[in-house]
Amino acid sequence: MNVKARSRSDILFDIFNYGLLTIVLLIVLYPLYFVVIASFSNPTLVNSGQVTLIPKGINFEGYVRIFNDKMILTGYGNSLLYTALGTLISVAITIPGAYALSRRELAGRNLVMYMIVFTMFFNGGLIPTFILVKNLGLYNSFWSLILPVAVIPWNLIIARTFFQTSIPDELREAAQIDGCNEFRFFFRIALPLSSALIAIMVLFYAVGYWNTYFSALIYLKDETLYPLQLVLRNILIANTISPDMMENVEQASKQLEIASLIQYGVIIVAAFPLLILYPFLQRYFVKGVLVGSIKG
Amino acid sequence: MVVKRTMKQLLRNYQLYIFLFPMVAYFVIFRYFPMYGVQIAFKDFYPLKGIWDSSWVGFEHFQRFFRSSEILMVIKNTLLLNLFSLIFGFPVPIILALMINQVLRMKFKKLVQTVIYAPHFISTVVIVGMVSLFLSPRSGVVNSIIKSLGLDPVFFMARPEFFKAIYIISEIWQHAGWGTIIYLAALASISPELHESAVVDGASKWQRVWYIDIPGIMATAVILLILESGRMLSLGFEKVYLMQNNLNRSASEVISTYVYKVGIQQADFSYATAIGLFEAVICLIVLMSVNMLAKKATNTSLW
Repeated sequence: MNVKARSRSDILFDIFNYGLLTIVLLIVLYPLYFVVIASFSNPTLVNSGQVTLIPKGINFEGYVRIFNDKMILTGYGNSLLYTALGTLISVAITIPGAYALSRRELAGRNLVMYMIVFTMFFNGGLIPTFILVKNLGLYNSFWSLILPVAVIPWNLIIARTFFQTSIPDELREAAQIDGCNEFRFFFRIALPLSSALIAIMVLFYAVGYWNTYFSALIYLKDETLYPLQLVLRNILIANTISPDMMENVEQASKQLEIASLIQYGVIIVAAFPLLILYPFLQRYFVKGVLVGSIKG
Repeated sequence: MVVKRTMKQLLRNYQLYIFLFPMVAYFVIFRYFPMYGVQIAFKDFYPLKGIWDSSWVGFEHFQRFFRSSEILMVIKNTLLLNLFSLIFGFPVPIILALMINQVLRMKFKKLVQTVIYAPHFISTVVIVGMVSLFLSPRSGVVNSIIKSLGLDPVFFMARPEFFKAIYIISEIWQHAGWGTIIYLAALASISPELHESAVVDGASKWQRVWYIDIPGIMATAVILLILESGRMLSLGFEKVYLMQNNLNRSASEVISTYVYKVGIQQADFSYATAIGLFEAVICLIVLMSVNMLAKKATNTSLW
């Protein structure tokens, strides 16, 4: 009797749990799905709330206008370049640095680690950083989007923890006896064992660079240098769509409709590179959270 | 003797120091040098004179900030936004992780995880863009529903009373899923034997969640709580700034957006630095107090 009652409570628990998670799933999924269908549906129907589950009045006018816009294309190219270059630099600094800090032989590593972690909680602030960037001559150069944020302390801690837990000391000792020096060990043995870590670092840094808009807002003056996010900000938030994109649209009401079509479309276009990367990288996610203690 | 040994060690590991060098250089230049620049909070900064040669004015900029008519609004908004974010946002990933951990159908579990992690990777600009599209009084989905109920459309983004709710709900929508990862990892490290023996003893699922899972992730939760409270005040600037407009400013002006306006837009460098420093110090105090409280209450702490 007792056992039966208990299993009934477990069944109830499961129903409740699966039901609630399904609702959560829909809450997360639906807005994304809606943006997708709204980007190629008839904007009159979208704006009057008639498009809910299936796209209606399918047309690709929004996308045609987006892909003919120079600002968006330049921004896209810029963002691809900044992201590729920035990710390369960040990963190239973070991974060897984290490896060195993971090694117990390194004198002063706890001090270095504390100095780094301290910057997570205290920094010079916006203005002193801005002055520094200006004094270094990086103002209005794309380097201002990369160098000031080249190493993210959190990523460094993740990388260090990875090396501490997945490269056994014995392995290095054995290699050392065979006459393998530090460089050789790192490049020939440690790195090849760290593909999961490299994947996660590439993902985290790339997403950061791809999504950044604020450094561009304060450091860049030339519109030709703008990354995609800054262009998007004008389209999505300031609601200023360049007249070029409105070519052949005379009526004001029609313009508003095309505007929202373009807005839904650019969201998809902006998310596209990540949508491609996501399925490949997501199996590494769990590695990305194993954070060990700072001291050690 | 000690010095000699250290020297020897340094020499033997010089290759490791080469690995470390670029990173240390980065932190010195881009993280520590701005801290040297903080002194302009106590000076009248003239770009031509530079940081060092500008003249000292003591606490003048701080006094000006404390006297300004906007300080109360700015501090109140900053504190409330962060406090509400923490209260409503912090428990969501924990609850979600506990729920996902109880899912035994692997395919469903994988599906849920794949979907709820995804929004984390969407940019702030796009999130705020989506929110404004959905809430638009003319064409947004939300207002379509309101209109179909026969009510007047609401211009949500322009109403100060909705600002914090919109901010926090969209924040949870975007990041709560991603936040579960760390708790799921903690849950996975709980010994299965605990659960097995609990089942033998006849514990229900609910009881196992309550008596095994929750205590098992407590330490993780406390550490995350400390970390969150430490970066509380400075986080979220980008999103607040994007969501801000003249109409909702009374609810959306926070210290960091204020610093941006005073410092970058009005080029009042010293004054803005002083306000920024004030914020940073408060941040540090909050972090240390929470850490101390956590140490006393749960024996878990950052240091």
